[in-house]
Amino acid sequence: MAVAAVLLGLLALAVGLRLAGYDAGAALAALWRGSFGGWYAITSATLVRAVPLTVIGLGIALAFRAGAFNIGAEGQFYAGAIAATWIGLRVATLPPPLAVAATTAGAAVAGALWVGLPVLLRLRYGVTEVISTLVLNFVAEALVSLMVQGPLQEAQGIYPQSDMIAPAARLPLLPGTRLHAGLPIALVGAVGLWYLFTRTLWGFRLRAVGAGPRAARISGRIDAERVAAAALLGSGAIAGLAGGIEVTGVSYALFQNLSPGYGFTAIAVALLARLHPRGVVAAGVLFGALEAGAGAMQRDAGVPAVAVYLVEAVVILVAILAARGHRGGAEELA
Amino acid sequence: MTAPPALELLDVHKRFGSVQALHGADFSLMGGEVHALLGENGAGKTTLMHVAYGLVRPDRGEIRTGGVVRRVHSPRDARALGIGMVHQHFTAVPALSVAENVALAAGWPVAPGPLGRRVRALCERVGLPLEPDERAGRLGVALKQRLEIVKALAADARVLLLDEPTAVLAPAEVADLLRMVRHFTEGGGAAVLITHKLAEARAWADRITVLRRGEVVLRGTPQRLDTADLAAAMLGADPAPRAPAGTAGALIEDSASPVLVQLQGLEVPRESGHGIALRADSLEVRAGEIVGLAAVEGNGQRELLRAVAGRLRALRGRLEVAAPVGFIPEDRSTEGLIPELSLTENVALGSGPGDPWVRGRRLDWARARAYTSDLLARYGVVAPGPDAPAAVLSGGNQQRLVLARELARRPAVVVAENPTRGLDLRAAADIHDRLRRAAADGAAVLFHSGDLDETLALANRVVVVTRGRLLEAPAGTSRAEVGALMLAVV
Repeated sequence: MAVAAVLLGLLALAVGLRLAGYDAGAALAALWRGSFGGWYAITSATLVRAVPLTVIGLGIALAFRAGAFNIGAEGQFYAGAIAATWIGLRVATLPPPLAVAATTAGAAVAGALWVGLPVLLRLRYGVTEVISTLVLNFVAEALVSLMVQGPLQEAQGIYPQSDMIAPAARLPLLPGTRLHAGLPIALVGAVGLWYLFTRTLWGFRLRAVGAGPRAARISGRIDAERVAAAALLGSGAIAGLAGGIEVTGVSYALFQNLSPGYGFTAIAVALLARLHPRGVVAAGVLFGALEAGAGAMQRDAGVPAVAVYLVEAVVILVAILAARGHRGGAEELA
Repeated sequence: MTAPPALELLDVHKRFGSVQALHGADFSLMGGEVHALLGENGAGKTTLMHVAYGLVRPDRGEIRTGGVVRRVHSPRDARALGIGMVHQHFTAVPALSVAENVALAAGWPVAPGPLGRRVRALCERVGLPLEPDERAGRLGVALKQRLEIVKALAADARVLLLDEPTAVLAPAEVADLLRMVRHFTEGGGAAVLITHKLAEARAWADRITVLRRGEVVLRGTPQRLDTADLAAAMLGADPAPRAPAGTAGALIEDSASPVLVQLQGLEVPRESGHGIALRADSLEVRAGEIVGLAAVEGNGQRELLRAVAGRLRALRGRLEVAAPVGFIPEDRSTEGLIPELSLTENVALGSGPGDPWVRGRRLDWARARAYTSDLLARYGVVAPGPDAPAAVLSGGNQQRLVLARELARRPAVVVAENPTRGLDLRAAADIHDRLRRAAADGAAVLFHSGDLDETLALANRVVVVTRGRLLEAPAGTSRAEVGALMLAVV
């Protein structure tokens, strides 16, 4: 199904490019070269982008599985990036493993704190997290802008960006590539989430709250609101961690537009994966490849990078339709 | 020659799954009358009116207005024929103004000035004053209800179907509402008042039709029908010499059995959180007893059951319930089970430390699965296997599964809400059998059924709940007497 969806998306892209007067063949070739066309493209382009999409996607799967719709991953990512930069600039004297641990842990805490207000609003006043988390994205972007022109601006005070974080706080790289240790972190995270969902009491309760909140509550053993709140906090922490990984593994500095909308694309990644951890990894790589290939397409074939959204859109639509068909089938059986 | 009826429903049949909701029901509404449609919960009152309003397509039957056969396949068709309906639950959009809600219902264009004037004029014409600019969400219950009626009348309805409009109102508001309905019919309209309150029907209706189990069992005018007639028709006449309340089981009050449920001076809020649903002086349930709550919907029995089951917090009073409690909620598919989860997961739903498949923070699904397979076999649940989603089970098997889950834990107290609603006879008999066995094994069983016959058949003690108060029906109380207590006729 997923393969068919991707092929259909690529077909739509080819038709669209042809209609718009581009050389579709050259564009698709560039898309391939930029994503899977070689060792460097795979590691340094595709996988580098797949890491934040996968990590955030896992966090979104955690929240959505609990029926809590965290639309604020972009903001939590930035909160994590700010914290990672702030800590990363101050740990030059620590041994590297400790410096990295402090930086990324700080990012996770910041992400959790960023979703803390929506959690409080939901628990105290029943405010839906869909709105409150979404709104905080804009606040986080403004905060980044404030930081890079204020407290975290580089020493010369010219550019709207931070200084480079300490080398000790940077994630190790795969030699000869830009791929960093965020990849194993993402993979371990996926296994951990799978274990949580399928093997633990808490993960089971979380899924029950998402699938049937009333039944979960009535069962008498599950505090549905607490479970949803915990899932949101965990989700925010993971998105914050992704921001920390981006700063310590890729950018080494904070600036505006650090994320090309990872927090939003990751929602599509999680939904495409039907909120299954293994699927999140696969979808994360797919979308990472599309984003990587889009750049090459623009460079080599003169096609605007946004054209690749056509592929993403078709893939998501096919996935949604397939899911609907699936659910319809279940209803007929009942 | 008299004018043809404003609305006629002839020989209407409707089946939902295994339940025959309507079985050849006939109903006619004359212009200018208020017609009460009486019946117990599940008698088919709402379904019949939904047929008239185009929400339910009947399997068989005919709809006429003004003597002409009509096709009513949607509420739009119904409104075009001048039929408006006020539903049991409010349907106004809280964030919109009164005027906007009316415009939405009537299909009027939304332009602030003219719309407000138009809605104000409408409200004055029908005698239901409302402030057009007020937000619907800020209205109190009585005004919300009024808005619903104005919405129904906006499209020039001549026939108004009111589904239990008084259920949520205080007595003074009820009188107000019914005066407004009277005003509408005096202007030539006709209204159907769905209710299960006898006094209300007798006081306000020109004619009364009683439905029971999908059939019309009685028709007449309030002058010719007294409350006892109506109660008998609603609840069904005593069929055969039936065992009176309190003798269904051999086990009559055995003062040696331990008291497992005890409450005193208990006040329980409505589930919605507004107001008090129950003020119970005292109740005791002993091991081995099956206590049935006889009550008409909305008298506080649901809140009593949920408080005893620990699912609703009492405001004050003393409540002691032995643990563990098994709870069988009314709605299988949203409260009893999670349809998209597997049977094993549904069985494990309320698990926690102490269950054999819970090891610290981990779950041993192999054990839960084996336990579930065993339950399916022991409780006769027909299912493809423990990994099938609960959604694929029939209603009866879903309920068997809920019962299996709750009873297999050997609860000290079993609380059940309408445990056989919507089930066929065999499944219902099965459920009864299980509950009796649980009592025989020493559990205290407390349940309610919307079907009085079921309550009397299953219970070995009957407690009537009426307007939030408990009345013990002494052993030997007849069916008619219980019915009279339920409907507060005495």
